[in-house]
Amino acid sequence: MTPALVLDCRGKRCPLPVIELARRIGEVGVGELICVLADDPAARIDVPAWCRMRGQDYAGESAGPNGVPGYLVRRMH
Amino acid sequence: VSTVERPVYLDAASTAPLHPVAREAMAAALAEGWADPARLYGPARRARLLLDGAREAVAECVGARPDEVTFTASGTQAAHLAVLGALAGRRRVGDRLVHSAVEHSCVLHAAERHRASGGSAARVPVDRLGRVDAAVFAAAVSEPGTALASLMSANHEVGTVQPVAEVAAACAAAGVPLHVDAAQSLGRLPVPAGWSLLSASAHKWGGPPGVGVLVVRTGTRWVSPLPADERERGRVPGFENVPAVVGAAAALRARLSEMDAEAARLRPLVDRIRQAVPRLVPDVEVVGDPVGRLPHLVTFSCLYVDGEALLHALDRRGFAVSSGSSCTSSTLTPSHVLEAMGVLSHGNVRVSLHRDTTEEDVDRFLTALPEVVADLRRTAGVTGL
Repeated sequence: MTPALVLDCRGKRCPLPVIELARRIGEVGVGELICVLADDPAARIDVPAWCRMRGQDYAGESAGPNGVPGYLVRRMH
Repeated sequence: VSTVERPVYLDAASTAPLHPVAREAMAAALAEGWADPARLYGPARRARLLLDGAREAVAECVGARPDEVTFTASGTQAAHLAVLGALAGRRRVGDRLVHSAVEHSCVLHAAERHRASGGSAARVPVDRLGRVDAAVFAAAVSEPGTALASLMSANHEVGTVQPVAEVAAACAAAGVPLHVDAAQSLGRLPVPAGWSLLSASAHKWGGPPGVGVLVVRTGTRWVSPLPADERERGRVPGFENVPAVVGAAAALRARLSEMDAEAARLRPLVDRIRQAVPRLVPDVEVVGDPVGRLPHLVTFSCLYVDGEALLHALDRRGFAVSSGSSCTSSTLTPSHVLEAMGVLSHGNVRVSLHRDTTEEDVDRFLTALPEVVADLRRTAGVTGL
């Protein structure tokens, strides 16, 4: 399933990628995926932790452009 | 009119303020113990007596024999020597090191060095509270070729106590020596049983900086990874810092005599912080084991808050705390401990108390923190997000 929205957070340091995710998850439908592209290594910890705290579903990691990781989140509510 | 309040130091886990008995003991040892303890004349013999006395005191405190105790230049050096020396001593048995994912960076760096020189290292994961599963650790230790296991007594970042006794029993059954890094717990909790090598750091228990302790149980194979030197039974090279060692031993003895009373005093203060922070600050994750933990340390992460900004804001209000957030580290990488636990790494604060911490200090912190976090969130435009 391809993400309904990709957030380009390259060059942004945590907590900015997580803030961007929180601000914009409402733009995808419930059940759809949103992808956070982030090169800050803290995003690998903080995106899944945010999902846990907010009751969203962390759907894993995919390689984005130039190998920058994309963190996938499924909107649950 | 603003009143300048007394600064509140809440970072004992980084380094504890010098214990008053250490100051006295060091002043006396600077006068009496400055000579070379390896020489044979009067002042040298006095230095040797002071050094031996400190060794006996530390041995008694950790439950060891004096000839098993050596003094190093730091807790980090003690851990390096414990890990690399035990691996060198067991080279014929195997080249495999087993350690937890949340060891102090000094153990991880020793493991890296071991791998770089051709050895192997297995990292045992931890649960959300930061604890290894003793059965998983035991299974890793029982794999063939395991030369050494290393497990900390309690975690320096989140306070979680590790199941050392169970792991020690498994190590004994497998015939594998266990190194316990007791840097954060010595003087705070009883020394766990069953280790073959123990390392610790004096400035964490109220001794001076520049003194570590390496204890190698008799019968444990150990070969120095460093060039030969006759000091400290060939285990630690270089001229002993006798005055600092004397101060370290005096502080440790004093700490142990106060340990139970201090734990009983600090544990409720930490409990208060653990309970109050999530009530007073929205969207906070308090991390680490709420029960099986160090008595003096509590860690939490504030959602959407920059850790560095939080530390600076608290510092401006007079509070000294530390953080495992990436923006506060020199390498800009998040804490490997928080990463291994899978808990929020940004907006992270570690608060650690000591013998001078008062109830009023904690009250003041709990008053300032909600204001500081709310302020930072307002500025960042993330309130209510």
